[in-house]
Amino acid sequence: MHDDALSETRSESRSAPTAEAELERRFEAMIADEVRIEPRDWMPEGYRRTLVRQIAQHAHSEIIGMQPEGNWITRAPSLRRKAILIAKVQDEAGHGLYLYSAAETLGIDREDLLDLLHTGRQKYSSIFNYPTLTWADMGAIGWLVDGAAIMNQVPLCRCSYGPYGRAMVRICKEESFHQRQGFEILHTLSHGTPAQKAMAQDAVNRFWWPSLMMFGPPDAASTHSAQSAAWGIKRFGNDELRQRFVDMTVPQAQALGLTLPDPDLRWDERSGHWRFGAVDWDELDRVIRGDGPCNAQRVERRRTAHEDGAWVRDSAEAYAAKHADTTRATAAA
Amino acid sequence: MSTPAAAAGPAPGGTSTTEPLVAYLLGLGDDALVLAQRLGEWITRAPQIEEDVALANIALDLLGQARVLLTRAGELEGAGRDEDALAFGRDERDFRNVCLVEIPNGDFAVTTARQLVFSAYQCELWSALRDSADPVLSGLAGKAVKEAAYHRDHATHWVLRLGDGTDEGHRRMQAGLDRVWPYVDELFAADDVAAHLAGVAVDPPSLRAPWSAYVEDVVARATLTVPSPTWHARGGRRGLHTEHLGHLLPEMQHLHRAHPGARW
Amino acid sequence: MSATTPRAPGVPEVSRATGTPRTPHGWPLWEVFVRSRRGLSHQHVGSLHAPDGAMALRNARDVYTRRGEGVSLWVVPSSQVLATTPDEQDPFFDPAMDKAYRHPTFYEVPEGVEHL
Repeated sequence: MHDDALSETRSESRSAPTAEAELERRFEAMIADEVRIEPRDWMPEGYRRTLVRQIAQHAHSEIIGMQPEGNWITRAPSLRRKAILIAKVQDEAGHGLYLYSAAETLGIDREDLLDLLHTGRQKYSSIFNYPTLTWADMGAIGWLVDGAAIMNQVPLCRCSYGPYGRAMVRICKEESFHQRQGFEILHTLSHGTPAQKAMAQDAVNRFWWPSLMMFGPPDAASTHSAQSAAWGIKRFGNDELRQRFVDMTVPQAQALGLTLPDPDLRWDERSGHWRFGAVDWDELDRVIRGDGPCNAQRVERRRTAHEDGAWVRDSAEAYAAKHADTTRATAAA
Repeated sequence: MSTPAAAAGPAPGGTSTTEPLVAYLLGLGDDALVLAQRLGEWITRAPQIEEDVALANIALDLLGQARVLLTRAGELEGAGRDEDALAFGRDERDFRNVCLVEIPNGDFAVTTARQLVFSAYQCELWSALRDSADPVLSGLAGKAVKEAAYHRDHATHWVLRLGDGTDEGHRRMQAGLDRVWPYVDELFAADDVAAHLAGVAVDPPSLRAPWSAYVEDVVARATLTVPSPTWHARGGRRGLHTEHLGHLLPEMQHLHRAHPGARW
Repeated sequence: MSATTPRAPGVPEVSRATGTPRTPHGWPLWEVFVRSRRGLSHQHVGSLHAPDGAMALRNARDVYTRRGEGVSLWVVPSSQVLATTPDEQDPFFDPAMDKAYRHPTFYEVPEGVEHL
């Protein structure tokens, strides 16, 4: 039995600055000792806010991320692929739920977080503002987008905040099939008919640069990085993770027989890294600001689903109130 | 289920029951496939994220059933058609599903009503088919009966919550039942194909009494009324469908058909 | 349940921990416990929203046991879980720390004595 179920106690008293300083000192010591912070522990307001923002954004990304792939469920070209895709999109819903659950330990209601998403006051990963135009995009998303996500997420398993780290452990375990199925889709296409191979190359061309943007702006320009690192929320810099991703991906592209759309990509013997060309950060800025091809559509779909479901949720709530005695317990073994 | 006498295995040279059995398997397989396709349309649109997950689970179960059934139909047919050739290669007139599964999702109440009707039917169907002389059918039935029981339970809980919740829930749930009830008779219509398959298939009319007992109890507990439709859908098992299937299939099939002979 | 802290910019209203996460709207929160196999106890795995217990069990099944992770589920309304607070931590747990004689390693066993 853990108490992370419960919402966090915000700083108990604002009236005693010395007590607060002592709490802060203890908190910093716990972070320094790599002791996990749990929901009801005292935490600085900034830490809490950073976590809420990051976990919520992460959860929103999972939920919005269902859409580009959900777009192909009814059109998957084989029954096997259809089953895999449904299972994958379903996992994303599950991952969103694990993450909202972690965010709720910080005393925030999921309903409020969804409201922030639906009104554009909280963000999700920009990658999902790109459209999925062909079946090969299912491959590119699995291979590149999930690949980049995993690279970002594995270090989060050791995040200083217990519930977030535990959610990430679960997610990373489940996500390992996502990247592999994406690679398999592209491998099948790139070894298929000329039309299939062209479809695969086109998808990689469109998703390569947005995938590199998933690691965030260069460290020098990143507003949250330093403090997050100090708090043990973020373990590696954006640039370092991006480089790791490129180093991992280039040989995989070769195995696929596909090219990456970067004329400057070259092996650097001296450093042992693949050097890549300049990322168009203006594009990332633009898409984050809302000027991506699908921003409006993604949020609109989410909001519509939520609003259309309101009568369902209300009715279930009314039923529960009427039948409080009978619905409370259907005992488990 | 009638007497399990005639075993219809894939006998050399084919027996008199092979052709009806293929048709029977296609009927059950198409039911599951088309409903899975409809449920797939819900994903990202459900009333609550938990329900996205639940609907996806039901879709996955049905898709799994469809794959076994179509694969078996293709093997028995002996014309080299696998599950995908059957799912993506046949035209509307060759689909043998009942009309119920192809009607559009409507709101969550229509989907829930359809799911209650179909899952309660599948519970009885799979329960009876556990004794089928066809080993693939009986094997699948053992697993599918548990899946259908869960789907029925899920739909039941929702019918209760919508019917006996708010006024709007009640009104919509009743409208949902009214929308799907004309499609109920077809599930239990006597079927030439099944009639040729004593011991292998189930005689559909035999499933109606237990189905009614279950469903009518749920509808009553939800403070709703069992509709008395003025018309009844028919013909799905003979390839005569609603206009809706002609939209569902092109969406499902176009990519596969656009690349003849390709592997995916 | 009543007292709330002031709204910080960009952050929604937050409930105080009285053991009851504030759910001003929407379905209540449930804690989910899974027995992964017979012989093991139920373990907390996370939470979810559901209108009532029956639906909470079903949602828990779909959300937390998609890969056969469980043979039994418990769901508990989060508001029903009582927990120690960090403030109480010292009086609750420190007194147990200095009673080394409760542990077998506290005792010396003479050379050659077995099964003890």
